Amino acid sequence: MDRDFNPAQVLRDPSDSYKVLGTRPVRHDGVDKVTGRAVYGDDVRLPGLLHGSVLRSPHAHASIKSIDTSRAQEHPGVLAVATSEDFGELENKIGNLGEGPVNLAHLGANCLAARKVLYKGHPVAAIAARSVHEARAALSLIEVEYEPLPSVTWVLDAMKEDAPLLHHDVFTDKMGKKATKPSNVGCHLHFERGDVDAAFGDCDLVVEREFKTASVHQGYIEPHVSTAHWNSDGHITVWTSTQGAFTARQQTAEVLQVPISQVTVVPCEIGGGFGGKIPIYLEPVCAVLSRKSGRPVKMRMARDEVFEATGPTPGSFMRVKIGMKGTKIHAAEAWLAYDAGAFPGGMIGPGCMCVFSCYDIENARVDGYDVCMNKPKTQAYRAPGATQAAFAMESVVDEISGKLGIDPVELRLANAAKEGTKRVDGPVYPRVGLVETLEAARSHDHYKSDLEGPWRGRGVASGFWFNIGLKSSATVHCNPDGTVTLLEGSTDIGGTRTSVAMQLAETLGIGAMDVKPQVADTDSVGYTDVTGGSRVTFATGMAAHEAGRDLIRQMSERAAVIWECDVAEVSFADGTFSRRDGEGGEECSSSFKELAGRLLETGGLITARASVNPQVSTNGFGTHVCDVEVDPETGKVTILRYTAIQDAGKAIHPSYVEGQMQGGAVQGIGWALNEEYIFDDDDHMTNPTMLDYRMPTALDVPMIDTVIVEVPNPGHPFGVRGVGETPIVAPPAAVANAIAAATGLRMTELPMSPPRVCAALLERGGGDS
Amino acid sequence: MAKKIHVTTTINGEQFEFLCEARHSLLEVLRDIVGLTGSKEGCDNGNCGACSVLMDGVPVDSCLVLGVEAQGADITTVEGIAEDGHLHPLQQCFLEGAALQCGICTPGFLVTARALLDRIPAPSEQEIRCELAGNICRCTGYDKIVRSVQDAAKMLAEQKS
Repeated sequence: MDRDFNPAQVLRDPSDSYKVLGTRPVRHDGVDKVTGRAVYGDDVRLPGLLHGSVLRSPHAHASIKSIDTSRAQEHPGVLAVATSEDFGELENKIGNLGEGPVNLAHLGANCLAARKVLYKGHPVAAIAARSVHEARAALSLIEVEYEPLPSVTWVLDAMKEDAPLLHHDVFTDKMGKKATKPSNVGCHLHFERGDVDAAFGDCDLVVEREFKTASVHQGYIEPHVSTAHWNSDGHITVWTSTQGAFTARQQTAEVLQVPISQVTVVPCEIGGGFGGKIPIYLEPVCAVLSRKSGRPVKMRMARDEVFEATGPTPGSFMRVKIGMKGTKIHAAEAWLAYDAGAFPGGMIGPGCMCVFSCYDIENARVDGYDVCMNKPKTQAYRAPGATQAAFAMESVVDEISGKLGIDPVELRLANAAKEGTKRVDGPVYPRVGLVETLEAARSHDHYKSDLEGPWRGRGVASGFWFNIGLKSSATVHCNPDGTVTLLEGSTDIGGTRTSVAMQLAETLGIGAMDVKPQVADTDSVGYTDVTGGSRVTFATGMAAHEAGRDLIRQMSERAAVIWECDVAEVSFADGTFSRRDGEGGEECSSSFKELAGRLLETGGLITARASVNPQVSTNGFGTHVCDVEVDPETGKVTILRYTAIQDAGKAIHPSYVEGQMQGGAVQGIGWALNEEYIFDDDDHMTNPTMLDYRMPTALDVPMIDTVIVEVPNPGHPFGVRGVGETPIVAPPAAVANAIAAATGLRMTELPMSPPRVCAALLERGGGDS
Repeated sequence: MAKKIHVTTTINGEQFEFLCEARHSLLEVLRDIVGLTGSKEGCDNGNCGACSVLMDGVPVDSCLVLGVEAQGADITTVEGIAEDGHLHPLQQCFLEGAALQCGICTPGFLVTARALLDRIPAPSEQEIRCELAGNICRCTGYDKIVRSVQDAAKMLAEQKS
């Protein structure tokens, strides 16, 4: 495995002349995180702290007949017991929580079940005790009478007329029109453009395939953990590991039915999220236990609770049909059914929008279904909904390139989405960088190299994610020593303190380390949406840039006071304030640091701030190249070489951009080859441990080469597009395409685990690669 | 309340005495009794390695070791990796090489990598990947972690020469 690797490659926009952007400083929170000093959710320590534990459903689907907590309440060491009755009746109200609408009754019932349990692991009651051991021991004293109901965990089964019905108040919404009979199908989406049926009639090649993918988990290493203190004055403080302090505050306030100003959320350092730490689980339960006990309460999930009751991203069934006219994709049709899990509102929307998003297709139709079943409520996972769809679409495109005898990169280049391409769901792309990533793949040493040996193959796939904008705020305090303190509301999961601080430094003409970034609580910084959607470096960076401009404006006023001139005569460039050589006036200049040192004597230190709300997608595209070797005896697939190429717009801190690309690629490789929820006949997950779920280890993957392409985003002051999510989209398809090249077998089900590959090889009857 | 047991041990070069219950894991002892929260709980069953500490120089998952087993042992946690107020080359290289994103697995990786470099000063990529296979990182894809361990090995060799 030892081999030379390609040094980091950044294909830079030639016009850029930044001083700070594009450099690789050590992250500001780095020392705390390599010395064990950083305070994550579970590291919160408070006087009088109690520890909570959750009683969870042993059934995949059941009615709750009764809950008797009296014996548990009398157990020594137990100070409070909570059930859904403590939340009060939550109405079927739709709240907008930044990343999409949420039914508040469903949100509350997912934190503590009301009347029914909908998946094994569904919370039923909770206990706070002096120690976690006492809390866990007392759980067995809670008596719950269940009436088990038939359950379902496969999407096509859940769509059947006679399927076990999860909700009597869910009616299929078809593009705004509600059905009259309750159903497990929460919504049916339909997008169409052109004349699809006629176009398929015009095609000279049509390929149609069906695909299945398993539920997979985000797999953050830090389990969910929250602490809450309901003070005697009614104020609730929550310390939690969350991707969004403000949305956690809103969700918690809504479930507890208290005014939002009564809740402060203090975001702790967060040990991974990938979308799964946007929803709340423990926060309102801790708060209720705290109200009842009068003491702060901490709750931390065990790993099996994380698997069984949080996060997974949808399993799916998909059918994709593509019609070719020459080398052009002339017609396309997709039918997608995605798991919603226990409550409606899964990832089918982005799935439908992303399935054809890499291509310029005149005639296309997409139907998508959001389907409830007895699994945990599905949550966002890095480009939610896009990876499944890309697995299907990119596999069909690869098959077509084989049938046409065209290089798969060339076929993609002939059909690639570009400026002016209209997506099936309506939007028209501005300047985007898919073509550039394909060109970079074509000219990359990896793609040009020979791959020799039996059972080896190379695959290519492209991927897309929207990358969202939304609301971000920044507050900047100028210090007299010429440094600035930056307060932001974006929890830092992958180095965004630094990528945001660098943009402020570039704006102010100071060094990256002269900015002191802090992630602040919900009372201390302006409203900021979640760390998700690949938005932080884009939108919070934009807020920091705007706040920097506000600071420059205010400091220019001070310069005018010192120089006794009109503020209009003061200009700022390259970190220096200067006064133009006006009529009769003398030329003056002052560095940022010098002027900062004179703020106290000219009226005091300055605070600047900005809130932004870009309502745009920045459109992130990537192309991945993957070499595999298949063991024909065991079906095990080994990744020999992997290259991820992506348009970052502008890579603020290239190391952390590469890190997102490498991490996303490896998550995608895990999704491709091993990870899945395995259910038994009772619809219980049989593998809720990390060893049995089997995420990739260091031994499972090679170095991941990267190429950062920079096609600046015209909608950002520095051209940033965001990078976090796109890298997970292409890998399952790239791996599947490589397996097809190695074996001649088209794998259409994820994961392509050794048993599945082995079975496919046996079914074909072995033979040569 | 369960009866408590008196344990004497050495943690990061300092002698410690503590009382713990027989059921307490070493991880619980370190975090909740000694107050060293750098070691993290990711799974509590030895799968993820976030709680890795050195016990008499050998990396162990502290969630799988009982607190009472620390009697007479020499324990090193992530808080003891830096020496004399200076970051260890591994810590320095993890920072410069961007080998952490969320950072929750980082303490376990540092401790395990430290044991590797103590044993094999110039490990191959394969040796590094084998040694670190018991530590799961979900953010980085391991590339920058492996490179940072290679860099630290070089830095340590330069310091010695």
